[in-house]
Amino acid sequence: MASFGDIILYILVFLFVYVQVFFFVTFLENRKKIFVRNGNIKLTKYPTVTIIVSCWNEDKTIYKTVRSLLAIDYPKEKLKIFLVDDGSTDNTWNLMKSFEKYSNIHIFHKENGGKYTAINLGLEHLKTEFVACLDADSFVHPQALSRMMQSFLENKDIMAVIPATIIHNPTNFIQSIQKIEYFGSIFVKKMLGFLNGLPVTPGTLPIYRREVFDKLGGFRKAHNTEDGEIALRMHQHNLRIDYCHDAYVYTVPPNSLYKLYKQRLRWYYGYIKNLIDYKHLLLRPKFGVLSLLILPSGIISIFAVVVLFIVIVSKFINFFAEKIIKIQTIGFNEVLHLSKFDWFYFNIKSMSLILIVSYSLIIFSILVGRKMTENRFKPSFYIIFYMVTYSVIAPVWLLKAVYNAIVSESPSWR
Amino acid sequence: MTTQNDWKKYIIVFFITAILFASAFYVTNYLYNNKINQLKSIQDNISIDILSSETQFSLFQELSCKDVNNSVLSQEINNISDKINYSEKNFATDNTDIRYLKKYYSLLEIKDYLLMKKISERCGTKNSFVLYMYSPDPTCTDCVKQEYVLSLLREKYPQLRIYSFDYNLDLSAIKALISIYKIPANVPVMVINGKNYSGFKTVEEVEKIVPELKESLKIQETKPAGDNKKIL
Repeated sequence: MASFGDIILYILVFLFVYVQVFFFVTFLENRKKIFVRNGNIKLTKYPTVTIIVSCWNEDKTIYKTVRSLLAIDYPKEKLKIFLVDDGSTDNTWNLMKSFEKYSNIHIFHKENGGKYTAINLGLEHLKTEFVACLDADSFVHPQALSRMMQSFLENKDIMAVIPATIIHNPTNFIQSIQKIEYFGSIFVKKMLGFLNGLPVTPGTLPIYRREVFDKLGGFRKAHNTEDGEIALRMHQHNLRIDYCHDAYVYTVPPNSLYKLYKQRLRWYYGYIKNLIDYKHLLLRPKFGVLSLLILPSGIISIFAVVVLFIVIVSKFINFFAEKIIKIQTIGFNEVLHLSKFDWFYFNIKSMSLILIVSYSLIIFSILVGRKMTENRFKPSFYIIFYMVTYSVIAPVWLLKAVYNAIVSESPSWR
Repeated sequence: MTTQNDWKKYIIVFFITAILFASAFYVTNYLYNNKINQLKSIQDNISIDILSSETQFSLFQELSCKDVNNSVLSQEINNISDKINYSEKNFATDNTDIRYLKKYYSLLEIKDYLLMKKISERCGTKNSFVLYMYSPDPTCTDCVKQEYVLSLLREKYPQLRIYSFDYNLDLSAIKALISIYKIPANVPVMVINGKNYSGFKTVEEVEKIVPELKESLKIQETKPAGDNKKIL
């Protein structure tokens, strides 16, 4: 008989694979709608847009970020740029002032109060039909805005559009594996876009219709993940969020394991806390696939990864403990001498086969995500590195995020 | 665009996932059965070998002991012992097949033990016999350590014949052995050349209990290569 732990593990893995298959089927249904637009597109009309850039101590990247906004292929008279300094203590404010000479750039300075207060200050001065938010460590592709605006023009029901976040030039191993992760994320978000299940509007240039904020109010303090809170609030009011996979925004990812850990801890802590705040959205058919599949799968994924991690770690510990006892009993040389390979001892368990299917679907999503952005279906060794590294480190930040959420210990931004 | 709640899709995806799981279970079960069949096949071979050896022994009783072949039995029996132990630890889903194989294997061991003892007595060969009683319970760490020691000794001394028995296996023949040799329940216990030794024993301790082992090794080392195959 299987143990209780085994049964729990199988149920979690079943639900985890169920979600993966759901995305795969969604991909097969919509594959003809996924294509990359090359060259400059012309819109039938150009609605007015404001991009709010909230900054806190971003003097290393703000200049490049604003330059990328000035290079956007969109009529200048239709595009306003708000640079909001949220009480920076470095050279950010001085750098912002150097852009004052541009007629479509407006700069604001305020006491430090958190990202959401900086964006809300921009919203107070909003006069355009659309508004976008951008983190000051991201750089926008010239065509990104037009491509996203086309989604709004084609479908009046769409209330927000998210672009594809890409890591442009990774400089080390940690950034390279994140680049792979982001490809997988592009595939998943595209499917979530089809399913109207995007649970977050990340800070890399999501565009909202102005009426979203007229109806819902501004951003709220939400466990340092205000972009998740606003998305859930939009779903609560049945406001649709779409994903534009060929509108590229480049971001600078954490360049060390510790920084990555801090970022993910903040993300998952915020995700869990927002989920608790919006628990009334769970398993309610009127909120669609987000309520029935995406949010529950987020919870399941956290538990599946943690349980799987504990199982794998305990197996490794048992394996090494056994080897140590063997070495202590008969000596290292004799252990080597007695180790003979026999296929009989190659034990394939059903869980291993299921995990092979699951990992294959992850690889598939990464390759398709890459195809969507780079227009090439090229495997890379970093896919293996990514899967191995994340299998080890992701459970750590997930466990810590769960712990922090239980004791309500909010992680710092940086 | 996908509708808000496409129930048909939820159900189809459920069936696809269920089929994936069922396929994984089917493949695992198929491989498990293959391994069990492999074990059965090895046991059948051992059974034939024992019968053959018994017949050979009877036929040549009147003739020279040189004609009684040691065969490959010992090695086969060791292999299957390791495989049954491994199966017992790793194929936890249903142990009915393995318990059956274990009983069959234990009987074959006893038959081999009796035959080898007869050959040893009649032909005066220098075989040493170890009846090893253990428990498959993972909490018996001394049993795990003792198995490592015995595996090493098997490799090192081919003339050492080790027969492992699960002390708690519900088999009358094992109960008879326990009764004959008055084997206590505090496993691991070894009966070496008819005498009981309780608790874990290191390689050196076993070699001390059976000094003939080291001597035979010295004799083998002095013999020219090629003569080592027929040691009884």
